[in-house]
Amino acid sequence: MYNTNKVIIGIIVFIIFFAMPFWLNFGKVEALPKPELPKEEKKCIEDTDYMKAYHMKFLDEWRKTKVREGKVNYINNEGKIYKMSLQRTCMKCHDNKEKFCDRCHKNLVVQPDCWKCHLAPEEVKKWQ
Amino acid sequence: MSKLPKPDELLQGLDLHRTPEKHWMDIKPDFSPGKYCYAVDPQVMIDLGRPNLGKWQPTDEKWPLPEDWKERLLKAIRDRMERFRSFKLFMDICVRCGACADKCHFFLGTGDPKNMPVLRAELIRSVIKGEFSFFGRLFGRVAGARPLTEEVLKEWYMYFYQCTECRRCSVFCPYGIDTAEVTIIMRDILHELGIALDWAMKPLRNSHFIGNHLGLQPHTIKENIEFLMSDIAEITGLNIEVPINKKGAEVLFVTPSADFFADPGIYTFMGYVLLFHHIGLDYTISTYASEGGNFGFFNAIEFSKKLHSKIYEEAKRLKVKWIIGGECGHQWRFWHQYHGTMFGPFDYLEVPKSPITGTVFEHAKYHKAVHICEFTADLIAHNKLKLDPSRNDHIVVTFHDSCNTSRGMGIFEEPRFILRNVCNNFVEMPENTIREKTFCCGSGSGLNTDEYMEIRMRGGFPRANAVEYVHKNYGVNTLVAICAIDRATLTALMKYWVPDVVVAGVHELVGNALIMEGEKERTTDLRYRPLKGMEEEV
Amino acid sequence: MNLIFSLIVLAILILIPLMGVGVLGLNSLFAIFIPYLAFAIFFFGLIYRIIGWARSPQPYKITTTCGQQKSLSWIKHSRLESPASSWEVYLRMFFEVFLFRSLFRNLRADFDGKRLIYGSAKWLWLGAILFHLSFLVIMIRHLRFFVNDIPSIVQKISAVDSFFQLGLPPIYITNLLILAGLGFLLLRRLVDAKVNYLSYASDYFPLLLIISIALTGILMRLYVKPDLYAIKQLTYGLATFNPALPKGNLSMLFYIHLFLVSSLAAYFPFSKLVHMVGVFFSPTRNMPNDNRMSRHINPWEYPVKYVTYAEWQEKFRDVMEEAGIPIDEEWANVAQK
Repeated sequence: MYNTNKVIIGIIVFIIFFAMPFWLNFGKVEALPKPELPKEEKKCIEDTDYMKAYHMKFLDEWRKTKVREGKVNYINNEGKIYKMSLQRTCMKCHDNKEKFCDRCHKNLVVQPDCWKCHLAPEEVKKWQ
Repeated sequence: MSKLPKPDELLQGLDLHRTPEKHWMDIKPDFSPGKYCYAVDPQVMIDLGRPNLGKWQPTDEKWPLPEDWKERLLKAIRDRMERFRSFKLFMDICVRCGACADKCHFFLGTGDPKNMPVLRAELIRSVIKGEFSFFGRLFGRVAGARPLTEEVLKEWYMYFYQCTECRRCSVFCPYGIDTAEVTIIMRDILHELGIALDWAMKPLRNSHFIGNHLGLQPHTIKENIEFLMSDIAEITGLNIEVPINKKGAEVLFVTPSADFFADPGIYTFMGYVLLFHHIGLDYTISTYASEGGNFGFFNAIEFSKKLHSKIYEEAKRLKVKWIIGGECGHQWRFWHQYHGTMFGPFDYLEVPKSPITGTVFEHAKYHKAVHICEFTADLIAHNKLKLDPSRNDHIVVTFHDSCNTSRGMGIFEEPRFILRNVCNNFVEMPENTIREKTFCCGSGSGLNTDEYMEIRMRGGFPRANAVEYVHKNYGVNTLVAICAIDRATLTALMKYWVPDVVVAGVHELVGNALIMEGEKERTTDLRYRPLKGMEEEV
Repeated sequence: MNLIFSLIVLAILILIPLMGVGVLGLNSLFAIFIPYLAFAIFFFGLIYRIIGWARSPQPYKITTTCGQQKSLSWIKHSRLESPASSWEVYLRMFFEVFLFRSLFRNLRADFDGKRLIYGSAKWLWLGAILFHLSFLVIMIRHLRFFVNDIPSIVQKISAVDSFFQLGLPPIYITNLLILAGLGFLLLRRLVDAKVNYLSYASDYFPLLLIISIALTGILMRLYVKPDLYAIKQLTYGLATFNPALPKGNLSMLFYIHLFLVSSLAAYFPFSKLVHMVGVFFSPTRNMPNDNRMSRHINPWEYPVKYVTYAEWQEKFRDVMEEAGIPIDEEWANVAQK
């Protein structure tokens, strides 16, 4: 016997499963949310391409050097000195967590645990 | 015929974890005596209207193949792929994980890598890739592809007749690839050139023209049965008549012809007759449809249908209501899995209902054939049989699950239930060698021929080895099986590996245990061996 | 030999994007055209294979029964191993497809002196299941690159998968498991004499290919970081059929990863990897053991000529009469007409 019905159902299931992104996007294709960059500052601590890809490693390094080795300052490529602080250095320019960090992170299912201890600028304002 | 080595020597040097230096495609099949079966006598093929290659043997340097042999084979392969989804699929989806490798009894007994089921199938898979696939031809051996040559054909002859279609590999395969199916189809394909085994084809011819594999003519069957009845009279004091070709009987009883004629099947037959007499069943046997087994199944699929068409013509002619099938392995695989498709619907029969217990055999409501063990187990469960299991106290029994009934039907509990009720000493073999993991006798599917003895004893070794274990540890001296081929082949196997063990059918033991109305006190079993405590009386 | 051949093919596959993107600068070809082509081959190839199998009928119902049949009411039948109804078959297939039940049965035969013994051998099952299930989870996780509004289940799976929070970004557990599984399967092909003997290049190649894909992926996650935002722009564009090459740096490693995945997709339907869909067709597993309860029809079944009772009786008339076996003239006459 040919089991044609079951084969057709099988093909449909196969299409549903392997074209999953297509179905999930169906009818709601829109531009990816863009992180909002600081308006005044054009230059980050390091090169932008590097920061885009490696900021998590970079911050992790900061955390280690600061917390474990007690160092406070970071010297970048150009010899400029920065205080190693997420809240006071990074978020000084990138002053909106939701519009800068979260947009990308949510969109790529990145679930960092920075904010378990740190306070986002929005939070800080509330307390001030 | 070559001299068979002693049991101690046969497996010397066997190492399951060592493989040949050469690639398997470069190793030629070894047609030395004892390791191959004789080719079919051309007259058999002529009688059956099949193609033949004249007088030849596989040992011939050059086979007398027709000019267009290659085209014919390739055409046949294509045709089978179109007709059998199983075959087409099994050629495509094997990943060569090797789970089947050490599951084959022939591999365990020979260590020959081509007996690993995966490589057995690869013998044809490689040709399909090499002949039909562009990439296969392009990459050749690294992709496991090769062209069809005469050497390949010789290899097919050797290894598709070194598989007993037992399906043990299919249990372990993650995709359920069934080498038996591949073997059945490959033998069917080889038949198109007239390539077949002599020993497998002669019974087929007998069954086709005479009615049964042994070639027993109607009067011979009757005489044999009368002879067996005189033995029963001597042992029990009862005169029993077996109905032959009786019209209007309720049940047609079909069993392998070996049960009429050959030791030890005859004792099983005596058991059936005692049982039917005990319950007063209205049954008949047929001298026309006198074969339950089907050697067509081992040779060419079309013949399997020809042979068993007789059973249904006979059922119509005799106007029986339903059918009971005797103890036979491939008979039941074929009946259970093929009959319904080949011969159905069976409107002229009725849904089987035991006239004694009133049980309706719902599981056979369409097919209308019941296994004798299902029938007897139902009788015992309803307490309809008077049994004295102590009459089997002189034996210690173990049960061999026959491959076909195990993996092609699933009858495990019924025979065990009967055995527990008819004898007191029943021991199981180690758990990985019974039930769905049971080992073949090593000579099934038409390989039960003397010239093949060495391979048969090697193939049967895993089974014999498990029997030897219970023989040594529990004193088992009787190996019970529900298969006529087993009764013949296991007898030879036991004689070689475990000489103190004899082979019997379930219903032989039933026959021993049945307390028949009006019988005299029995002093021997059906084989004239003294019962326990009766040694002096005999 | 087979392994070396596979390694060479793999090296070529890695070199192609290196040359194509790194030297020739054919970024669009490798980021857009080739992935589309590969997935078209994957998709239509697999459907073609499915239809190919479906065109051949399954003539007989040849279930492999690995347990007690359904027969007498008081005998417990094995629902999974000898299914008698459709839902029992579905259950059996579920266990086969998702948990590799048959492989779980695996034994290893060995000689203990003169005795053959059979030990449980579940390593193959473990390696296989680690690989396959990890692969499934990884594929689900990858939805994040193709969908804008990511379903919460995908987020949860990702969260569970990085549960240990080792390193930053945290290691996915399945990334380790898939490498363990694949590594075992590869090692087994090399070390086990029997499996080594029966392995072709076409057995090593898919393993090596998938290992390379996993390694390039892990490398990108942990060490050589690409611009994820740019990647998502590309992949999301691909998934929504608005393909465009993003501005950011996609990184060479990503091109290699993408090209290897494309190779796998294109290779898939025409190799042994089709077992993924083939397993659903397996006639020994996907049919109930109800042969005597219901009818299975073979579309090409044809009538055969056999020796009829009339012919047979004619042949043996004399001996039958002599032996006193009844002669049936009536049936012979009817049959002749």
